[in-house]
Amino acid sequence: MNYFWDLFLGGITRGSIYALIALGYTMVYGILELINFAHGEIYMIGAFTALIAASLLTMQGLSGPAVLVLATVVAVLYAAAYGFTVEKIAYKPLRQAPRLSPLISAIGMSIFLQNYVMLAQTSDFLPFPNLLQNVELPAFLNTWIAPAEFMIILTAASLMLGLTLILKFTKMGKAMRAVAQDRTMAMLLGVNVNRIISRTFIVGSVLAAIGGVLIASHVGRINFYIGFGAGIKAFTAAVLGGIGSIPGAMLGGLVLGLTESFATGYISSDYENVFAFALLILILILKPEGILGRSSQQKV
Amino acid sequence: MSNVLEVKNLTMNFGGIKALDRVSLEIKRNQIVALIGPNGAGKTTLFNCLTGIYTPTAGDIIVHPPQGKSRRINGMKINQITELGLARTFQNIRLFGGMTVLENVMIGRHCRTKSGIAGAIFLPKSTRGEENDIVNQSYSILEYIGLTKYVNDLARNLPYGAQRRLEIARALACDPQLLLLDEPAAGMNPQETRELEGLIVRLRKERHLSILLIDHDMKLVMNLAQKIFVLDYGEEIARGTPQEIASNPVVIKAYLGVETDAEIN
Repeated sequence: MNYFWDLFLGGITRGSIYALIALGYTMVYGILELINFAHGEIYMIGAFTALIAASLLTMQGLSGPAVLVLATVVAVLYAAAYGFTVEKIAYKPLRQAPRLSPLISAIGMSIFLQNYVMLAQTSDFLPFPNLLQNVELPAFLNTWIAPAEFMIILTAASLMLGLTLILKFTKMGKAMRAVAQDRTMAMLLGVNVNRIISRTFIVGSVLAAIGGVLIASHVGRINFYIGFGAGIKAFTAAVLGGIGSIPGAMLGGLVLGLTESFATGYISSDYENVFAFALLILILILKPEGILGRSSQQKV
Repeated sequence: MSNVLEVKNLTMNFGGIKALDRVSLEIKRNQIVALIGPNGAGKTTLFNCLTGIYTPTAGDIIVHPPQGKSRRINGMKINQITELGLARTFQNIRLFGGMTVLENVMIGRHCRTKSGIAGAIFLPKSTRGEENDIVNQSYSILEYIGLTKYVNDLARNLPYGAQRRLEIARALACDPQLLLLDEPAAGMNPQETRELEGLIVRLRKERHLSILLIDHDMKLVMNLAQKIFVLDYGEEIARGTPQEIASNPVVIKAYLGVETDAEIN
């Protein structure tokens, strides 16, 4: 039972990170029908920025969770700026182009950002300080869950709840949903679609950056290439849940995380990816639109 | 009476096809104008030019807002044109099906409000106040159109006639001065058409809107319009009062195809 619980928690932890990143994929897809392959790189940049900020803050004599929080804020601002800029440079000029063009532009952006970080920083793995070493959870929680896992799950859950509320109740959220359903009609109602697209990229980047910081402080090391792996997994999660669907991305992330965790724990860690992608293939065969996706309706 | 909209020599080419050929028209303040013509005459193309979906090949579209100076809107962004006071409905209904009736109307209030991304995340008092105002205004529009019983239903679940009226409600939410209605009576039964006619009259009288209307229902058009423009093959073939149009031989010919001389080029 205990072993099962550990695997379950590990799966949920991993899955919530996948979900955070997958939300960025799915939101952008919902609005632009574009797979933003550079999204994983935003996550990586978030982690790097947090590392740099955390090092600087530690040098100033700060320590513990305060550093983590401040570093996250810096990472979020940087990643948002990157997400915003990537869209303006790589996708906006191609708004009217055939659908393949922005996709290739996205791949190009991804390769560019990876190499840029590699050259500007290093190609080696860098240690990411564990800033939650001295954090203690209340006793009744402590027996069940480790502080880091607790923090990741709590943060991810509150972000997802926040996003859901924003989409449901705010003016910006309604506009995002409207643009996703019928872009021209939204414009006819006075929605500034370019601004909404920018904001979608910003929101997605913020989530990815927070995911990046969480996982980096959990795993303890980062390099310029982590965005690729995480990006592919998160993209898988988004497709699994139904690309374009917000709850789908959340669910897809969790399902993927749990699958990996149990496959690793009960079978072999060598098979982690095998099971993750076997699950994807299975879903694509049985329910191509994803778990919560709606079969696509052709727009008139 | 001053004009709200002037169209001068508007031409729209698609490749070699002239969908609109030097069309001119003007709409006066608080006037109902109808645009009629056989299928494919270019009526919807004209609407698409006016609302910025197409950028016209040549000619001018000039909007005279109630305040401020006149603007030539060719090539302007769609949402900027909306802000100048043009709102439209579609021949094929284009509601946001997955959103509620109230949300559909609220989206239309968008261009009249300010709060942005920070407002969405931190929800300061001003944003919440604004959001409340939007809800109240949207609700009163729905009341005016008579859709309050559907407020929280998904738009796609509404009966057909109600969906048509919701499109008008949503357009009203943009505070237009000129409302463009593309076949609002299409698919309606006589009862619904009569109600629609009443609504359009009220919009002009009570809300002081100018209305440009496309429809094939001649009874509706004749009852409502003060002035009618007739298009055929992208060209204006007649203009005038309903009486003049009804007895115009060119119009009758275009519609019924009688007395056509077979022209072989």
